[in-house]
Amino acid sequence: MPVQYQGIRQEHVAVRTHAGVFDVSHMGEIETSGPGAERYLQRLVSNDVTKIAPDGAQYSVLCREDGGVLDDLFTYRLGPDRFLTVTNASNHERDHDWFARHADGFDVEVRDAAADYAMLALQGPQARAILARHIEGEAPARMRVTRARVADVDCLVCGTGYTGEDGVEILIPPEGAVEVWDALTGDGATPAGLGARDTLRLEVCFHLYGNDLSEDRNPIEAGLGWVCKLDTDFIGADALRGLEPTEALVPFAFTGEGIPRQGNPILVEGSRAGMVTSGTLSPCLEIGIGMGYVPVVSSSPGTKIEVDVRGKLRPAEVRERPLYRKER
Amino acid sequence: MSVAESYPDGLLYHPEHDWAKVDGDTATFGITWYAQDQLGEVVFFDPPEVGAQVSAGSAYAEVESVKAVSDVFAPMSGEVLEVNEALKETPENINEDPYGGGWMVRVRLSEPSEADSLMDVNAYKQSLGR
Repeated sequence: MPVQYQGIRQEHVAVRTHAGVFDVSHMGEIETSGPGAERYLQRLVSNDVTKIAPDGAQYSVLCREDGGVLDDLFTYRLGPDRFLTVTNASNHERDHDWFARHADGFDVEVRDAAADYAMLALQGPQARAILARHIEGEAPARMRVTRARVADVDCLVCGTGYTGEDGVEILIPPEGAVEVWDALTGDGATPAGLGARDTLRLEVCFHLYGNDLSEDRNPIEAGLGWVCKLDTDFIGADALRGLEPTEALVPFAFTGEGIPRQGNPILVEGSRAGMVTSGTLSPCLEIGIGMGYVPVVSSSPGTKIEVDVRGKLRPAEVRERPLYRKER
Repeated sequence: MSVAESYPDGLLYHPEHDWAKVDGDTATFGITWYAQDQLGEVVFFDPPEVGAQVSAGSAYAEVESVKAVSDVFAPMSGEVLEVNEALKETPENINEDPYGGGWMVRVRLSEPSEADSLMDVNAYKQSLGR
């Protein structure tokens, strides 16, 4: 996927106001199946896998024993004993190794399914209207997955996304991907690139692995305690139990000019207190926005901070998430 | 949004894709069509202060696209007399009119002879393979 097709702002606005389509085929997939699949996934991922409805979807993190985050994942239930987990491209191999390494003692088959699927994300207020013209049968509700033919190709259609807009992610056999792409872009969905994907997700404060999440950070300080069900005894739960983090990932917005970038120091009352993990110019808010780790005592919305952008101190304020909310 | 590729006669060009329009002992600086095309849509221009000293080949300002930040290099040395304040509100002028409304600073030249080491339009185009 290129960084941009027409221009990041143009593509961003298209997704917020109409519909855009992203080629996210770089994402990886791991299939787990067998009588022990549910119990096995319950041990690996942080959320309560038993709560995934038939044809349901769930967000979770994959942790090391010490609670460090290996990846953030979406898991879809394809059958009572069959799951598909979507991984970040840069972590896929490590994730698959981790999955395979922890399969002993479970009646489960773990399969690297990355080569089975291309993936397109159709997102925006018009995404479902466009999809409806190309899908046979019903589109899935939010957080649901369904098998359906799209543009005459057998696909897995998932009611999920990474933009804060309604829409779907479509898992497609690679040989059919061009047909689906052509059908969607030919029907008004704007091709959108990695740049817009980043600005869209940051406006709604979705985490990006490698920026906001890493092995050196635990999910509690990253604000992902809500996907960590400690009583499921997943790998890492012991380390997270009773943990009182000293830092927290917060969204912030500049109150004046400038654009924060990953790695910029964050100052509280003039002293270095943290670091920007993601930053950009918000195309919708037209101000610099970002996320970064700060001491918990400075993490309340409204806290004044400064960001050192290449030597210039830019005033900013900790905000509520999401930074951008659609007007209703 | 994008304008046709062009490199006007009468400007002097620096290998970092900056132009200078010399008028006596002052000059106006900006970036070339090629530079703005490489950057993509400019969303922020961070200028130097009026009175700042700039030196040939060194960064004096920053331009940012949504995705990235880039330094702007001075083609010649001198003191900043004026900054294009309009770019604060409309940085897209750098894309839409790189040699007109997209000018960045006006400078009193301290070493006018530096002009001799800059390229004319033909040499610059050749360096781009145009």
